[in-house]
Amino acid sequence: MSLPRSTRRLVPRVTNRCYSSAPSPRAKLNLPVDYKTTPILHHTPSSLSNVSEFPAGATSKKLNYFQAINSALRTALTKSDKVMLFGEDVAFGGVFRCSMDLQTEFGSERVFNTPLTEQGIAGFAIGAAAEGMKPVAEIQFADYVYPAFDQIVNEAAKFRYREGGTGINVGGLVIRMPCGAVGHGALYHSQSPEALFAHVPGVRVVMPRSPAQAKGLLLSSIFNHNDPVIFMEPKILYRAAVEHVPNEYYTIPLSKAEVIKPGKDLTIISYGQPLYLCSSAISAIEKTMKGVSIELIDLRTIYPWDRQTVIDSVRKTGRAVVVHESMINYGVGAEVAATLQEGAFLRLEAPVKRVAGWSTHTGLSYEQFILPDVARIYDAVKQTLEY
Amino acid sequence: MSSKAILQRSWRATCRSPRMGAPKPTYAPRRWSGSISQRPGSDRVLFPGAVNSKFTTDMSFLKASDLPAIPTYRVIDSDGELVDNSRAPPDVSDEEVLTWYKNMLSVSIMDVVMFEAQRQGRLSFYMVSAGEEGIAVASAAALTPDDVVFAQYREAGVFQQRGYTLKNFMGQLFANCNDTGKGRNMPVHYGQNYPRIHTISSPLATQIPHAAGAAYALKMQDLQNPNRERRIVACYFGEGAASEGDFHAALNIAATRSCPVVFVCRNNGFAISTPTLEQYRGDGIASRGVGYGIDTIRVDGNDVFAVNEAMKEARRLALTDGGRPVLIEAMSYRVSHHSTSDDSFAYRARVEVEDWKRRDNPIIRLRKWLENKGLWNDELEQETRDSMRKAVLKEFSEAEREKKPPLREAFADVYEELTEEAQAQMKELKRILETYPDEYDLRPYKDGVKGLD
Repeated sequence: MSLPRSTRRLVPRVTNRCYSSAPSPRAKLNLPVDYKTTPILHHTPSSLSNVSEFPAGATSKKLNYFQAINSALRTALTKSDKVMLFGEDVAFGGVFRCSMDLQTEFGSERVFNTPLTEQGIAGFAIGAAAEGMKPVAEIQFADYVYPAFDQIVNEAAKFRYREGGTGINVGGLVIRMPCGAVGHGALYHSQSPEALFAHVPGVRVVMPRSPAQAKGLLLSSIFNHNDPVIFMEPKILYRAAVEHVPNEYYTIPLSKAEVIKPGKDLTIISYGQPLYLCSSAISAIEKTMKGVSIELIDLRTIYPWDRQTVIDSVRKTGRAVVVHESMINYGVGAEVAATLQEGAFLRLEAPVKRVAGWSTHTGLSYEQFILPDVARIYDAVKQTLEY
Repeated sequence: MSSKAILQRSWRATCRSPRMGAPKPTYAPRRWSGSISQRPGSDRVLFPGAVNSKFTTDMSFLKASDLPAIPTYRVIDSDGELVDNSRAPPDVSDEEVLTWYKNMLSVSIMDVVMFEAQRQGRLSFYMVSAGEEGIAVASAAALTPDDVVFAQYREAGVFQQRGYTLKNFMGQLFANCNDTGKGRNMPVHYGQNYPRIHTISSPLATQIPHAAGAAYALKMQDLQNPNRERRIVACYFGEGAASEGDFHAALNIAATRSCPVVFVCRNNGFAISTPTLEQYRGDGIASRGVGYGIDTIRVDGNDVFAVNEAMKEARRLALTDGGRPVLIEAMSYRVSHHSTSDDSFAYRARVEVEDWKRRDNPIIRLRKWLENKGLWNDELEQETRDSMRKAVLKEFSEAEREKKPPLREAFADVYEELTEEAQAQMKELKRILETYPDEYDLRPYKDGVKGLD
């Protein structure tokens, strides 16, 4: 990023994120996430090889989240002629750099800009998928997916079902969209509408938490699952999250949760960026409450989701906290909590607690008070443990 | 807030694009290569958004009302006579024209029977295509079997022309075991794999951007495999549907991506009860095509030859220069009610409808042409009508007696594979059906309660 020299003098180097809402200088819990040390990311190739889902003996490279998406897209475009990539401003590399250099490498027939019309992008993608292509469509921000809602809900999701015996489907379709808060996105650059899509049978809803996971889940969405996929990328991680990512082709199955950290006293279920906050809250709680251990589960796929892994975990721990950024009302947490009271009723020792965004909009100045943070997760875990 | 913090923040703000978050690229983007600059003394504007617009000192607004209406192309008149005697007769074999006639007739006979069946409560819903059979049949006749069709719902003639059988029609209408849609869709939501006509969905205009995307897919596949015959997509919709945002999105994207697609608008004067005067104030749908940079024609939809010729030429145009969209607006009149749930005499005069029925409709017009050529007569007409009605009634009663698909089809095909959740719900439904057998009539369904296994 280049700045005029004169400006550079005035602007000191920024080490911490400095957004519209900043944490208190005395904070012990609500500290900025240190992505360089978080146990959520694979900082060395050796920890990568401990995960069975990554290719054995793979060479890897440190990539941030947008570079991992870029690597997945490049791998996909190389692997199959059917893959094509389009959306608003995709050709020059995308406003988040996810499609950088891809048009030069694969040509303007396969990587291209569309007019500024979300319903058109989704509809165009559905048509291309119906004729056997694998379109990866980009909606610039999840906040702007609503014009395409009809196309996704009434068309993409129902395509295979209504075609029935003709066998025609739009399984090759993936719709990518940056989502989630960045600290200053306010009303229309912060949303996470995953729960809206999770209410729709026929689409798969995925939200990866890290670069290596993003690549594996994106390739899996394109090649291994013959269903339309809503692929949500927490944009705050695009530059912040850096980890070792295998260089070659690999996939991570959808609809399968991952136990990030085993524990015995309580299960935290989350997905996307809040997992980093959960991880910080867990280290704080395990430090203050000696002997307590918390299990952390990443749903990875919001729908159809891995109910068994979550139920098994809570049957073991007896306590659960669900954390997500989007609003609590009718959110993913409600579905998880209801499933747990049905599937683990006799083992539950406390009510399932939900830590999520309040039921309001993400007003610019209030973000830190609206979205879940380490303090709220810490408090919810503490209350649930002491119930 | 400290002034340092304010500085930091304002710097960050200036580094963001309007849809923030975008870091500046470190190199000049390639799209600048064709950049446009204004030359001094030029007589025309060279703004990037309008590169060949002349300056004028005459401040006048372009008035839609000053422009002449786009003319309507026709080949034969309502007496079945060639309008322009200086041109050659339509380049279609007698045999083919007779097929068109019979296909139009077949659809119209099926319409009468099925409309009545719905009135008797034997069918949940029906929509006839009276007055518009010509648009469907004659345009579909210009397509190859490899071309792909997206339709709205009033295009039974397209299905008929592309090989959909009476058994297919009836299977779908009665949602029985022979329905390709597996009994999931409302009547008249037909679908066929090959020649491909995508299964109709009720939301209006959603198929128009699909058609653009499908056409782009065909174009890419045909580029990747130059040995195969090149294909187009044909997309049908009514003038009411053209008011939806998807129409705008689709035509624009089809134009910018040079998609080989022919958009066929059936302008029949009404969207349910809404007359076109309340639908738009421009010169129909055709005038919009030009605005998107799309080659456009308006044709007489009651004239099968005009429709067929326009569609043939549109198909050829759609495949030139690597592909481009074409728009055909076919004018007609919706002779029938909108659907079986509509009584159109609540919003238009019976006399107007009767007038259209009598004065001009595509079937009678073609019949006159055939009679003028000595290819048809009253006797053939009666014979054909009788045998068609018999065939329809035969398939009708067979379809009515046929079982409905097994209950598992209610859950299948939501995803490629049944989810664990769906399996659990099927099991639960089965338990309910077995616990309360008197509450449900499973006799119409193939395999009864076992259909859930």
